[in-house]
Amino acid sequence: MAATSTPLAGSGPSRSARSFIERLRSGDQVAHAITLAAAASILLLTGLLVYELFIHSSETRAKFGWSFLFTQTWDPVADEYGALPFIYGTLVSSALALLIGIPLGVGAAIFLAELAPPKISDALTFLIELLAAVPSVIYGLLGIFVLVPLLRIVEPAIRSVLGWTPLFQGPFYGVSLFSAGVVLSVMIVPFIISISREVIRAVPADQREAALALGATRWEATWDVVIPYAKSGILGSIFLALARSLGETMAVTMVIGNDPKIKASLFAPGYSIAAVIANEFTEATGDIYTSALIELGLVLFGLTIVINALARALVATGNRGGNA
Amino acid sequence: MQASAPKSQMELTMPTPTNSSALGASEGTSASTIKLSATDLNFHYGSFQALHGISMKIYANRVTAFIGPSGCGKSTFLRTLNRLNEAVRNTRVDGTVLLDGQDIHDIEVSELRRRVGMVFQRSNPFPKSIFENVAYGLRINGMASNRARLREAVEQSLRRAALWDEVKDKLNQSAYGLSGGQQQRLCIARALAVNPEVLLLDEPCSALDPIATAKIEDLIFQLKDSCTIVIVTHNMQQAARVADFTGFFLLGRLIEFDGTTVIFKNPAKKETEDYVTGRFG
Ligand SMILES: Nc1ncnc2c1ncn2[C@@H]1O[C@H](COP(=O)(O)OP(=O)(O)O)[C@@H](O)[C@H]1O
Ligand SMILES: [Mg+2]
Repeated sequence: MAATSTPLAGSGPSRSARSFIERLRSGDQVAHAITLAAAASILLLTGLLVYELFIHSSETRAKFGWSFLFTQTWDPVADEYGALPFIYGTLVSSALALLIGIPLGVGAAIFLAELAPPKISDALTFLIELLAAVPSVIYGLLGIFVLVPLLRIVEPAIRSVLGWTPLFQGPFYGVSLFSAGVVLSVMIVPFIISISREVIRAVPADQREAALALGATRWEATWDVVIPYAKSGILGSIFLALARSLGETMAVTMVIGNDPKIKASLFAPGYSIAAVIANEFTEATGDIYTSALIELGLVLFGLTIVINALARALVATGNRGGNA
Repeated sequence: MQASAPKSQMELTMPTPTNSSALGASEGTSASTIKLSATDLNFHYGSFQALHGISMKIYANRVTAFIGPSGCGKSTFLRTLNRLNEAVRNTRVDGTVLLDGQDIHDIEVSELRRRVGMVFQRSNPFPKSIFENVAYGLRINGMASNRARLREAVEQSLRRAALWDEVKDKLNQSAYGLSGGQQQRLCIARALAVNPEVLLLDEPCSALDPIATAKIEDLIFQLKDSCTIVIVTHNMQQAARVADFTGFFLLGRLIEFDGTTVIFKNPAKKETEDYVTGRFG
């Protein structure tokens, strides 16, 4: 091929080009200031939130100290407050939601991204994204009118298989930690599906093809290469789902039973932090009662942050161990 | 192209021994065996026909290059040889491709792809360690019975890809820590690990600098002994340097196929001449 020498385009910035660059530069400074302000305001807001929660919970913090976190009594009449039943209910219902929601959500995402014909996948995803926008009180109604009756039907089957464990003993009245976990799982699955599907689809085609070209089956290429490539995005969707389920209020309070007791059985009613704050805040009489509820808010905030940090740390160490 | 070393220029003007023997093969006087042969191959992406009646013989232990302007179907043809186009939705192929005389559609697809390896235009290592990248093909094909055998096979593949010395101390590090040229050689090692009989290379150097390119070309020379190599390139000097045979594609058709020297020195078709002399757009 004859190497034709092309004349150098624009051998130096002309005057108009220079002023354009200057404009860009000052624009950059403005953009920098605006984004910095936005970022700072988020920090400020978070700081303010924590500060307010901290100040307004001073009475119970002074009265109970750290034991607030480990006490099971919740007795507004005697002004004795402990957060443990709520922490327990929040953690257990969210864990249950993840236990059900992760395999369901990730499985569906793999199906929609890898196996379903594109048109069907897009249509289903549209519906799933609509589900993510449904207000949580509607999920509460769904829980009361559909899931709880359904759980009543499948309850004997669960009991016959898992009844020997302490987790599924005692009477089942419908409202329970178990029901809350199931309703939460229904609520978080759309998040997991729609985000995971996107990240799986964003995996470069040549990753999959590299595996196929080595003799991998389609499933091997998906499982060994595509999913690991999309792993951090999928985990991101799970964190988001977890954050949502830890803080979910309305749907949970409608099905969890609102009973501040710690029972080994998932069939027993329970209570969550968000639910008790919403239910009791307006009728809280007395400073200590209010303070206890606000301190619960502080606990929920801390819980969310600690769990997220732990999950991220777990992912970070998992990544360092050999994988990219 | 401007960076081509004097050695390469020599090869352009004076046929090397391999080139002349290849020329002989094309004239039917050599003992070279046919590894792959395509007959009347048509390929459609939906309603768009990307390949029109391609027929070609690819000789064992020779390097065959495909040249032609981009979009003319070189990659598409290459990807029909290991049936990778089947992974693309809504495509259709007709015509036959024989591997050692056997129709590739009669060979189990994962076995075919093990025998016909591929290296892509953009290096695409897996997000795994260097070791695991090379080991992956061995694992899925059940080709290493134990850990020691696996290590041995990985080392051997990395040596064949001329990468061993550069990575032997960091086998457990991420493949993404390597340079572009090293990543591409890692992809070659990954493909070599499963002992392919044919290696398909789709513009393997298009993203690499001249030094990394020279390394890969050296590698191709060495691999010829153990593999049949098919390389797509839009760098004509590269085709002239490495290939025994060259096919010129234009708009989904194979315009001309012959010994590399013939294609570059004495092409039969006007289109070929226009293209190799740079008169073509
Ligand atoms: N996945 C695809 N879907 C539809 N058309 C495609 C696809 N891949 C390639 N083509 C078309 O097929 C023709 C040949 O492409 P390709 O084989 O990639 O050319 P080359 O490798 O020679 O540049 C081009 O016109 C291209 O637009
Ligand atoms: Mg191409």
